[in-house]
Amino acid sequence: MKRFVAVLCAMAFVTFPWSLPAKADTARIMVPASAGGGWDGTARQTILALQQSGLFMGGTQFTNKGGAGGTIGLAEFIRTGKRDDNALMFMGAIMVSSIITSKSPVSLDGTTPLARLTNEYDAVAVPTSSEIRTPADLVEALRKSPGALAVGGGSLGGVDHVALALIAREAGVAAGKLNYIPFPGGGDVVTAVAGGKVKAAISGASELKPLADAGRVRIIAVTGPERLKGIDAPTLKEAGIDVVIGNWRGVVGSPGMSEAAHAAWLERFDKLAAGEVWKQTLERQGWEDAYLSGDAFVAFLTAEKSRWKAILKDVGLAY
Amino acid sequence: MASGASAWDLAAFFPCWAGERRMDALPSLLAGFAVALQPINLMWALVGTVLGTAIGILPGIGPALTIALLLPVTAQVAPESALIMFAGILYGAMYGGSTTSILINTPGESGSMMTALEGNQMARRGRGAAALATAAIGSFVAGTIGTVGLTFLAPTIAELAFVFGPEDYFALMVLAFTSVSVVMGTSRLRGFIALFIGLALGVVGIDGQTAQARMVFGSPELFDGIQITIVLVSLFAIGETIYVASRYQAEAPSINPLAGGIHMTAEDWRRSWKPWLRGTAIGFPIGALPAGGAEIPTFLSYTLERRLAEKPEEFGHGAIEGVAGPEAANNAAAAGVLVPLLTLGLPTSSTAAILLAAFQNYGLQPGPMLFINNAQLVWGLIASLYVGNVMLLVLNLPLVGLWVRLLLIPRPYLYAGIMVFSLVGIWGLATSWMDLLLMFVIGLAGYVMRVYDFPVAPVLIGLILGPMAETQLRRALSIGQGDPVTLVSTPISATLLAVSLVVLILPALMRLLGPKVSAA
Repeated sequence: MKRFVAVLCAMAFVTFPWSLPAKADTARIMVPASAGGGWDGTARQTILALQQSGLFMGGTQFTNKGGAGGTIGLAEFIRTGKRDDNALMFMGAIMVSSIITSKSPVSLDGTTPLARLTNEYDAVAVPTSSEIRTPADLVEALRKSPGALAVGGGSLGGVDHVALALIAREAGVAAGKLNYIPFPGGGDVVTAVAGGKVKAAISGASELKPLADAGRVRIIAVTGPERLKGIDAPTLKEAGIDVVIGNWRGVVGSPGMSEAAHAAWLERFDKLAAGEVWKQTLERQGWEDAYLSGDAFVAFLTAEKSRWKAILKDVGLAY
Repeated sequence: MASGASAWDLAAFFPCWAGERRMDALPSLLAGFAVALQPINLMWALVGTVLGTAIGILPGIGPALTIALLLPVTAQVAPESALIMFAGILYGAMYGGSTTSILINTPGESGSMMTALEGNQMARRGRGAAALATAAIGSFVAGTIGTVGLTFLAPTIAELAFVFGPEDYFALMVLAFTSVSVVMGTSRLRGFIALFIGLALGVVGIDGQTAQARMVFGSPELFDGIQITIVLVSLFAIGETIYVASRYQAEAPSINPLAGGIHMTAEDWRRSWKPWLRGTAIGFPIGALPAGGAEIPTFLSYTLERRLAEKPEEFGHGAIEGVAGPEAANNAAAAGVLVPLLTLGLPTSSTAAILLAAFQNYGLQPGPMLFINNAQLVWGLIASLYVGNVMLLVLNLPLVGLWVRLLLIPRPYLYAGIMVFSLVGIWGLATSWMDLLLMFVIGLAGYVMRVYDFPVAPVLIGLILGPMAETQLRRALSIGQGDPVTLVSTPISATLLAVSLVVLILPALMRLLGPKVSAA
């Protein structure tokens, strides 16, 4: 008898953690980049805003899976999220273009598009000790020896890579000659450039700004149509380089998401975009509002695919 | 604060970046205690240490597996609380593992392999209680000193991330590969075979640099690679279960009675305190090395105690030094392992790898940014290690008798339970048949490895660090424009690669130099 009780106690003890009920309405969020970058921030801030606005009260579970322009995360999302009404993935221009450049075996086709959320511009930065001080210096360095200038940024064929290819074209350097070092997330890019491991970096302005403010990197240009608040650097256009390139980010639902869930999530995002909390979030993060949902977003996605195909072919990053 | 390691949160912490590079450890630690001593977190620390001790006691279930199985469950808990619980599990299991080693000669964790040698001999002579006690107190002493080391060393080491370039990381991982393959297991050949199995598993999936699918055999199920959790559960739980089942008829386990009270004699104390301190001195730095882990220091400590013992003839027949030293080394290393994990994001043991996964599950990337973005969390975690250590001692000394009872679960029940939990856990990951299939294939492979004495750790190290090493290698070569000299171009990388070479040829060298070197 004593033995039986001991066994019972022990079994109860061991099974305890598994017997906790799992909450049914947990949202499973795929962030297809490593932590501390643009997609990661967009995902976390958006979900936070949804919760603060009282639009989504369930728990959340984030998965960060970086690399290959988000296509590894996309593969996992398609595999594990199938028909899951509470599975979302954050994505954006970089994923669209990476799929094209890499002829990726996975695509966005199966997923359920929900909304485009934000737009952000890139910044070009160098280590504080670098000789490069202006966009003209950068163009000159590229012209002299493109291979010697290792430039870090996001995934191959992504916005950062294309931005560099466009700048290089000003210098008369072909995209294939560039020494572009891809990183799985903005956090890794900024660490590498701050440590001088790469000679320059192109990444989201919001990712580079904190290190620039801390004096660890120097931002020499931004890729928007006008200067960005709080960043003391010219636009590429001002510097005579005719390049304006932005990076939108959005969210899609799981492949095979039910009609009801699709409508529910669209309603949540629509309400969020109209509310005060979201306005404050955009303000705080320095993101441009680019809200577009439902059918309009579906049409936009289709247009983006052909637009990026053309751009990538044009700069020599896809064939 | 749970919002994660978003780079823009940096803004709030500028002073420690722009001004003095070294953060002040003491005020941060005090703030950490404020987090750790919140009742809810104290509760989670208690749950963690109790659970950790329990699973450390159960053979085959290591802390890595437990944390892996608990990961989905803790989705609802704040990251601070969950990580505090996981740290409790880590320390608890380190201690709990010694209990089975001593009582039934079955280490629950590779770090307690050495404890089994002398500890079980002591238990056979009715000195099991003294062995358990010296293990408990030694763990406490070493764990506390190790945590102090972590407190003051970690912020400094965190700065290393800006110094470490891709070639340095690559060299570091080569060192991890060679040392783990040479030290673990019965032969270097087995170690390297296990390592290469891990490396091979690691290349499956879409390549992180070029987005090309590799070794997926046309199956979209494999695009995102082979999940570490699956390999871990398969090798440890499934492999072990099959092994135990296959041997069950042959060797039924027996438990030794506890004789001679539960207290250490004055002589036991006299003989224990030096090994505790020496074990700590060996365990912490090696654990803190990015290529460290808990196995090497316990092995070294055992060999050292054997050399220094007053009565070396007692070794092999229950020498208390042989328990005290490795147990201290084991726990000190557990604290040390957290240093590269927290500061460089580098897991050096399977448990650390799962902790890394736990961090990433919450979107926290261990590394220098963690100390800046999530200072509250890191220091709360470190403070809770102190709390957990005290809890462990209070918990374990009086409960020695109860822990022995856990072993009374008949093995068929125990392992059937493990099978069920493993299946549920893996199915819950992705509700994918491919995962279950992989689990059984790898589980069978685990059984074969167990039968033929192949170590499991190199497989995991290969799987986890392989893709990282590949990325860093390609990055380094790319920055160096393809020049292989890049790989030894920094003092760090050159030194680390040289050390790897030494590790590789050292055993052969030692055999040549002196026949007196014992094989322990």
